[in-house]
Amino acid sequence: ITLLPISVHAAADDAIAAYTGGASVTEGGVMITAPEIAENGNTVPISVEAPGAEEIAIYADGNPTPGVAVFKFGPAAGSHRASTRIRLGGTQDVVAVAKMPDGSFQQAAVEVKVTIGGCGG
Amino acid sequence: MMSDVKPRIRLPRSAKAGQAAEVKTLVSHVMETGLRKDADGNTIPRMIINRFTCEYGGEMVIDMALEGAISANPYVEFDIMVSDATDVVFTWYEDGGAVYTETQQLSVG
Repeated sequence: ITLLPISVHAAADDAIAAYTGGASVTEGGVMITAPEIAENGNTVPISVEAPGAEEIAIYADGNPTPGVAVFKFGPAAGSHRASTRIRLGGTQDVVAVAKMPDGSFQQAAVEVKVTIGGCGG
Repeated sequence: MMSDVKPRIRLPRSAKAGQAAEVKTLVSHVMETGLRKDADGNTIPRMIINRFTCEYGGEMVIDMALEGAISANPYVEFDIMVSDATDVVFTWYEDGGAVYTETQQLSVG
């Protein structure tokens, strides 16, 4: 087990706090699907779903900048789910934060082990 | 503006009003993160698609904000709630202000 220094996660925590306006975030209510092991960090498939959510934001807590994407669902959305492909610089947690219509926030995280990092630095 | 930005969209062949229809989109784009350096050590400026929207029948389906952590050739999959409208408008917004729009017809049967 490798313990990461707190500063690695602080940027993601700050980004999430900025998104939620400092509101408390409860666990659950969001599904996040990603491969357990990604051989190529340049393109990692990821899906998020949060029934009833207005928005879902995605953060990668080990990337140089933690923000990945924010999905806002409009009145013509057929579901509250979306899939995309993301870059991960190394093994890390990917966090999905859902904004619910009552102003509350819910989150879920999944760890993705990355064999070859995808930030090209 | 990038010269090779080309959208590809897959809508279901036919869709029924009142049901969700899955949409897959991909736009060719390098998604330069602004974190890389060239051979001389100079930072390559960021040039990404920073926003993607899909509107159906004049209403928003999804409005996505993208960061540099979205892979090259951004792929997005989501669902439309099918009504009697047919026009689906896809728009990609690039750093620097360029906008790419594609309109497709959903066959509602």
